[in-house]
Parts: sequence; structure tokens; C-alpha cells
Amino acid sequence: MTAVPAAGLSARRRSNTELGLLVLAVVTVVSAYSLVGLAETQEFPPGLLTYGGALAAMALAGHLASRRLARGADPLLLPLAFLLNGLGLVMVRRLDFAQEATRAPAQTVWSIVAIGLFIATLAVIRDHTVLDRYRYLIGIAALVFLLMPLLPVIGREVNGARIWLRIGIMSFQPGEIAKLGLVAFFASYLADKRALLTIATGRLGPFHVPSARAFGPILVVWGVSLSVLVFQKDLGLSLLVFGLFVAMLYLGTGRPAYALAGTALFAGGAFAAWSTFGHVAARVGTWLDPWAEYESAGFQVAQSLFALGTGGMWGVGLGQGRPDLIPEVSTDFIFAAFGEEIGLIGTTALLLCYFLFIGRGLAIASRARDDFGQLLAAGLTVLFGLQVFVILGGVTRLLPLTGLTLPFISYGGSSLIANYALVALLLRVSAADETTPVKS
Amino acid sequence: MNRPLRRVTAVMFLLFAALFVNLNYLQVIRAQDLADDNRNTRKLVEEYQLQRGSMIVGRGEGRTEIARSVDTGGRYRYERRYPDGPLWAHITGFYSIVYGRSGLENSANRFLVGDAPEQFARNLGHFLSGRERQGDDVLLTLRPRVQQAARDALNGRDGAVVAIDPSTGDLLAVYANPTFDPNELSTFDRESAISYWEQSEQDRRNRALRETYPPGSTFKIVTAAAALEDGASPDSTYPDPQVYTPPLTTRGIPNFGGGLCAGGGQITLQRALEVSCNTVFARLGNEVGAEGLIDTSERFGLNAELDGFVGAASSAIPQDLDPPAEAQSAIGQRDVRVTPLQMAMITAAIANDGMLMQPRLIERVQQFDGRVVREFEPQPWEVGGNDDGQAIPQRVARDLQQMMQGVVDNGTGTAAAISGVDVGGKTGTAQVGEGRAPTVWFVGFAPVDDAQVAVAVVLPEGGGVGDDATGGAIAAPIARAVMEAALQ
Repeated sequence: MTAVPAAGLSARRRSNTELGLLVLAVVTVVSAYSLVGLAETQEFPPGLLTYGGALAAMALAGHLASRRLARGADPLLLPLAFLLNGLGLVMVRRLDFAQEATRAPAQTVWSIVAIGLFIATLAVIRDHTVLDRYRYLIGIAALVFLLMPLLPVIGREVNGARIWLRIGIMSFQPGEIAKLGLVAFFASYLADKRALLTIATGRLGPFHVPSARAFGPILVVWGVSLSVLVFQKDLGLSLLVFGLFVAMLYLGTGRPAYALAGTALFAGGAFAAWSTFGHVAARVGTWLDPWAEYESAGFQVAQSLFALGTGGMWGVGLGQGRPDLIPEVSTDFIFAAFGEEIGLIGTTALLLCYFLFIGRGLAIASRARDDFGQLLAAGLTVLFGLQVFVILGGVTRLLPLTGLTLPFISYGGSSLIANYALVALLLRVSAADETTPVKS
Repeated sequence: MNRPLRRVTAVMFLLFAALFVNLNYLQVIRAQDLADDNRNTRKLVEEYQLQRGSMIVGRGEGRTEIARSVDTGGRYRYERRYPDGPLWAHITGFYSIVYGRSGLENSANRFLVGDAPEQFARNLGHFLSGRERQGDDVLLTLRPRVQQAARDALNGRDGAVVAIDPSTGDLLAVYANPTFDPNELSTFDRESAISYWEQSEQDRRNRALRETYPPGSTFKIVTAAAALEDGASPDSTYPDPQVYTPPLTTRGIPNFGGGLCAGGGQITLQRALEVSCNTVFARLGNEVGAEGLIDTSERFGLNAELDGFVGAASSAIPQDLDPPAEAQSAIGQRDVRVTPLQMAMITAAIANDGMLMQPRLIERVQQFDGRVVREFEPQPWEVGGNDDGQAIPQRVARDLQQMMQGVVDNGTGTAAAISGVDVGGKTGTAQVGEGRAPTVWFVGFAPVDDAQVAVAVVLPEGGGVGDDATGGAIAAPIARAVMEAALQ
């Protein structure tokens, strides 16, 4: 490792970088917002200054929080999140116009709330090892959250997936928050039981395997993720939880065998689900040939592909496409709307933003000084990356379609809040690595 | 960075690389296919953002829009409306979000969307200034009064009427029963369009332009033309047997009703046409031979495709005829098949001293503000080796005009007579099979010495009066009504 410059100077330089990038993000978002307004009404949108001012205030608040509360943290994550969030707001606003809906005000409020919670997370969790201490509490809370929509009365099924809670007029997806809890639990459990899991104490035929005690929680999680698949009919979430689990198991133990075994378990379970449950088989059938079911199940993906194809290389221009033709365009399929209007150039840029985010997240993991911090950062990043991959894969027919939100961009409060919290946790780990002295 | 983290990073990289490659595949390689897929309604929605031009018939006070676009303010913006849709349906066609375009909506689409080559500069200007493009109007040659007369005269019976201005080829009326309502197909209500489509399949068959029928005795004017060209004259005389038996067969051809045409002995060509004498024309078929018959037919446009906006089917006479077939074809039986449009065109050419004109449907294309985009001039139809549209020599055409006037004055076509106007015509009653009502025809033109209108009328099922139907009784009065309307 090269010599670490004086911590204070480096931290200030990083904070300034973050500020500069945030200014760039605000400018980009305000430009996009103006373009949409121009396309809609041939005029600059009224209240552009107010809007720009509000965005700048939100960016500034986030920035001051990370500057004060997470000194020396990664300077790219917050600007990237803010840029994606802002572009999502612009697209939601643009879709409102196409669909004669009013989602943008709610999404703006959610963004403010999410940044508030981002600040709160940084303020409350001053040290990420706190999470390590409340491992089981967090783990159980995550499982409860995950399974809560199965409860009568408050659980809600929307579009075939039972992942919603509705209390009064508020509805949210507890699964979004549960995912973060699961990562923290896995990270803590694996950091702690690393030795136990690495050493084979039992035997299963010719294979050396760890003891059943060590395996217990793993099987519980396997069962939970499959039950999510079966009972909540949420392929996406189950795929995500299991992918996350396999990756973290591998990161924790360094043993590819775990990854392979986990994958095999999931593949077996998925196959069983496919052959037993109609909705799983139907999803796969639609994936293999959406055109055969164009009038029914294939319609959504087909419309998404039409949008992407129509956009082509350069796109038809912000505000100039027909995103209203795509069902669920404001949530799961929002990427297709971008694909039509800003073309391959734009979708590639978005993809790069996500890729950069993941790169920074994994870099934070690699620099973390403690096992828990490393697993936490890596797990959060993998969770984020897999979510982006699974939903974009579904929208572009690389994978069977599963309902997941596109982080920061999709309309929806739960997802936005969870992802800002995720950024806060990553910044926390990153800041810790800058402020604690090097162990050697 | 430790090894598992490096590997997880590599896997993440691969996943994103896969997304990137797939996006390139969709947005570059497959992009055109996806954009042009006919299920991709983006183009359609875009098309419906444009105010399509109107179709206009009549001039001055009689000016009527028969197809126009109405702003609905919805996602598909301009809906196509057809005031009095069923009257014009076989000309206008429909413009449907489910079934696409037909008729003029299809053949004149380029003008209706304002994309004529003449409009290139204007469109470029509009594009650069961000103005909405507007479609251009097409002004049709059809005349509302004549079209109405055709519908009224058919009075609900299955059949078709085509009326032409002989000197220009202008289509004055193109009407057929049954008809359909293009409004029902052009609605933005998909379900209702689909259900109407299924129930209107028979009604959408275009009997005036796209269906062919045996011409029966109306085809004798073509046979007569061939004989006159061969040197015969209206005064040439022929034997008048009860039955004429062509060479190479024992099956004779009787006269209509089985009797004699002129009490036996000899009959003139003029008289033979007036009374529609089968034996004489069957004999003439053998005399002019297959070559003469086919040659004359083709100079009138049979066995040829008609270009342009009309979208008519082609009419046909078989290319090789043995003597029995010559005789049968000469009286319009066997495999001769013609559209009502084709019979009207033959009649119009005779009335126009032998000059065959292309049927003209669009007279002019103009902007909504009246600026003319394109004029379509009358054009002779050069076809089948005719001389710049001269299908038969002027002398032959004049003889035929006189003979056809005889048909109306004192022959089978008296029901087509208009007081104070010389009318020429020919009846036809084609047998289409045992026990089936005959297909009855009348073709005519007026006034004989300076024809303003030529008309063909056909009723495929004999107009619903059964086996006794004849062209003279059923079709001739319809033709008269239409010609009267055109002459007003």
C-alpha cells in the first residue's frame, strides 16, 4: 500500500470532490427537466428555479451530512445516487405528463424523506460495528419484515406479488428494508462464524462438511427465500436474497464449494418451483417466447423491447417517446422509457453510473479494516448490483421478468429510502476505513 | 483486495457486460426490426397525431367531404370519419388502428399524409420550424348526385354501378351493394372494430372494382367491334337459325328463349345486336377467330393490370380458345370474366369514338388552404397493343354507337331510353349455372353523338327476381336513372 496522506487534508479534498460532482449532478438533472418541459409545452417548465433550488438544497443537505458525519468517505457514491435519483424524478414527471398521472410530487416528497433518512442513518449509526452487536435482532427483524406481507389484513397482493403492506393510506414494501437487514445479519454471522464454516467437522458420504449447527441458519435462509418465491410469488426478491446469500457465503468463507452448493440448492428449488407452480412456469415460458403470448403475458416485455428498439442508438429525445404504451413503466419498466427517449447512448450512461457505484462499493469493501465492515460493504454492493442486473435483465429479456425496482430511478418510496440508507451504510464503512488508524 | 472479493467483482463485471451487450443487440442490431414491427403501435400512434387530408367530392355547392379527420384529443388523436360512409365505402376504404388501410385511404395515403414529393420543401420547413405537418386533401372526380342515383336505383338489391365520363375517363359513380360502414372499422374502439370486421366480411367485397362476372350478351359489343374491324358493316347479313352449332362440337348454341331472331332467313348485324341474337354472334366469334376476339378484348384492357389509385381487379379472356370456346366467348359465356368497371370502360371507349381512357379517380391534390399540389390530367390507356389508347378505329366506334342506339330505340334495351336524349346500350343476361338466377347487365351511354356518361350496371343474382331476370328488364332502368343524374 502507498503512503496514506494526512487524513484531514485527504478528507477535505474528498468532500470537495463530492460537492463538485453533486453540482454537476444537479446541473444535469435540471437540464433534463428543462428538456422534458420544452418537449411537452415548448416552454421552460414553470418553477424551474424553485425546482432547481430544491434539488440543490437536497444535494447540499446530503453533502453536509456526509462531510460532517462521514469524514473522508467515498466522494462518488452520493453524487451517483443523487444523479440517478434526479433523473428518476425527471422521468416520473415526464411519465405523469404521458399518462395524465400525478406521481412526481409524491416521488419528490419521498426523495426528501429518503435524504432525511440518509442523514439520520449517518447521524445515528456513528460506527457500523453497532450493527454487528445487534446481529440477531436485526436478522429476526429482517425475516419478519420479509414475511410480513403474508399476514392477513395488512398484507396486500399487487399484480400477483404479495409484497405490500398497507396500513391506513400508507403502503410500502417491507422487503426493501428487510434486504438491508439481511445483509447486515449475514455479514455479522459470517464474520463471526468464519472459522467454524471453513473447517469441516462432519462428513456426508465422501464429502467433508461443516457441522449442522453452522449450517442451520443457512438452511433457514434458504427456506425463507424459497418461501418468498412460492408464497409471495416474488421471483425477483427470492432470486435477489439467494444470490446475495451465495455471494456472501463465498466472500465470508473464501470457499467456492459453498457458492456452488448454494447455487445447486437454489437451482434445485427453482426447478421444483418451476415444475410445481404454474406462475413460475408461465414466467419462464413468457421469457423464452414473449411474442407467442403477445396479447397476454408477453405484452409487457414486448412493449419494452419495442421501446428500446424504437429508441435505437440516439433515442427519440426526452419527452418525445411513447412510454405510456409500456405497462408498469413508472416502476419496473422505467428503464425502457429511458431506452426509448435517450437511446443506447443514454442507457449506456445509466449502466455506467450503476457500474461505477458498484465499483466504488466493492472498493470500499476491499479497503475495510474489519471483517464485518468488509462483508457489510461487499454484501450491500452485491445486493445493489444484483437488483440492477435482475430488473434490467428482465426489462431487456436477458432474464425472465421479475418485479423489482430499478434503484433510485423507479417510482416508489420504500425502494428509494432503502437505497439511500444503503448509501449511508457504505459511506459509514468507507469513513471508518479513513478515520481509524491502519492496523498492521 | 482479497481473492473472493476480486472474483465477486469479476462476476459483477460480467453481469454488467452481459447487460451492455444485450442493450447493443436490442438498440442497434434489432432496433429497426423492433421499431418497424407492425405490433409496435408507436408508428401508428404517431400517424394518428397527424391531421390526415380529406377526400372531397363535388364542386361548388355540391362539395362534400366523404372522409375527414376529427380531433378527439385522445392518445390516438385524429379519428377518421366518413359522413355517409356506406355510400362511398368501396371508394374510400377504411383507416383502422387494427386492420390498417384499404381503398383510397391506402392508395392515396402518400397525399393524405401530406408526403407528396411536391411537398418536400414545405415539409422540411415545417420540420425545421417544429410546426405540425398537415395532410393534403384529395379532390375526387366522383359526383355525389350520380353516386346517390346509383344507390337509389339499386334500391338495396345486390349489384354494382360504375359510371364514367367517356372523354376524360373520370369516374362519376362507383357504387356496390352490399356495402359497409367504414366508420365502424376506423373507430378507436378496438373491440367494436374487431367485431364489425368479423361480421362485415361479405359486405367488404368490392363488387364494382374487384369482383369479376361473366359479361353475357354485353360482350357482344366487343365481338361486334372485332367483326366490324374485319370488314363487316352494320348492314352485313347473316343466317338466322334457331341453333348455331360451332365447328368441332355437336352442342349447339340456341337463341335466348330458343326462337328465331328475325323469323328465319337473313338478319343484319345491326338487328342482331338490337335483339341480342346468340346464333349470329356465336358464328361471328368463329369468323373473327380466337385471335381477333382476344386481340380486340385486350385493346379494351382485358388481361391487363390497371395502375393508379382505383385498385381494380383485372378482367380476363382466356388466351387459347378452340372453336366452341370462341363461339361461347363471343356471347360472353364460358371463361370470360369482367369487372363492372371494365365493362363501363369498354362502353366509354366506344362512346368516345374508340379512345380508351384510364379511369381517373383523383382530379387534384391540394393543401387545406386550397393551394394545388398536383393535378391529374386525363390519360388515354395504352394497353394490349392499341394505338395510344385508340382501342378500335373511329369508324368502327361510330358504327357501334349507332347499333347500340338501335338496342335502346327498338331492341332489348328500351327500358334505358331517356326522352329527348339519344341513348346507346346493350343488355346482358349471363347464365351462371343450373337453377341459379342469371347475372344481369346493362351497359350504356348518352347522348350518342357527344357522350357525357357511360355506365355499367350488374346485378349478380338477377336482382332478386329469379330465373326470369333479364338485363333489359332489371338493369336497364338502373342505368337510365344513373345516366339521367349524370346528364343533369
